[in-house]
Amino acid sequence: MSGEKLVGIVLVSHSAEVAASVAELAKGLAGGATAVPVAPAGGTEGGGLGTSAELISAAAASVDRGAGVAVLTDLGSAVLTVKALLAEGDELPDGTRLVDAPFVEGAVAAVVTSAAGADLDAVEAAAAEAYSYRKV
Amino acid sequence: MLDAAFFRRWMTTAAASVSREAERLTALDSAIGDADHGSNLQRGFTAVAAALEKEAPDTPGGVLTLAGRQLISTVGGASGPLYGTLLRRTGKALGDAPEVGEEELAAALRAGVDGVMALGGAAPGDKTMIDALVPAVDALGTGFGAARAAAEEGALATTPLQARKGRASYLGERSIGHQDPGATSSALLIAALADTAEAER
Repeated sequence: MSGEKLVGIVLVSHSAEVAASVAELAKGLAGGATAVPVAPAGGTEGGGLGTSAELISAAAASVDRGAGVAVLTDLGSAVLTVKALLAEGDELPDGTRLVDAPFVEGAVAAVVTSAAGADLDAVEAAAAEAYSYRKV
Repeated sequence: MLDAAFFRRWMTTAAASVSREAERLTALDSAIGDADHGSNLQRGFTAVAAALEKEAPDTPGGVLTLAGRQLISTVGGASGPLYGTLLRRTGKALGDAPEVGEEELAAALRAGVDGVMALGGAAPGDKTMIDALVPAVDALGTGFGAARAAAEEGALATTPLQARKGRASYLGERSIGHQDPGATSSALLIAALADTAEAER
């Protein structure tokens, strides 16, 4: 537990509205975890459906507090763009990680865990564990 | 030997070809995808041509890494990181050499295609761009014309395949009977390379 610096969360969706709404939902369900740096990176720069490398880089930079950044994505080009940016090496802050998690449930788990002051490994584990929440 | 000017011509030739064929790529993508492949690649390669005109890198590796960076940041769909990775990995494999031979280009392109397979997780036969690129790289040792023919043949051969990667894979058996848009645009990229090489002679 780092205590002071919180892990940043970036939510990448093909839709700007989905990314922004899931960010609001996660913060709301985390009991108003206002201290957690969460940034949506949704849609293309032109406002259409898709993925923007620039928006992802900017969002990651904006939530980096030095404790790492967990990036959650929806599907397809969102996943591939984050992986390509990570492979570049200098496009995302040090300690940025693509987290393999369901988008909505994983975002909630990540924000709650980050709000508790957990480190990036714990945030990643909590988000990934959301895959095991069976609904039926 | 192939210099930076050759690689810049390859990219501008590819940009022109993608613009010319954008409607056909989008039509193919509307059958089994989300109908944006042509417009996405057109936007990406237009940005590539503009960046190369502005910065004009003086090595083959520099041209391809800049082009790949542009594609990753401007395409907006999965083809952006995939083609971006193809060109960047190829460019990095070419290093800082001011000129490269055809064998070096073939080896570098193979590294680029390996990078695409690692990123997207696709293998030959999955009905993706890999089905045009792998045969093209295999044939490049024989010559640019052979690579173009192999890529076009590979793209056509995706029609009877069932998609196993990307959005088209959601369609299951209904993806059968449609030529893959990514394999088609990959064949255009290889054809642009062959056209550029033939214009030299």
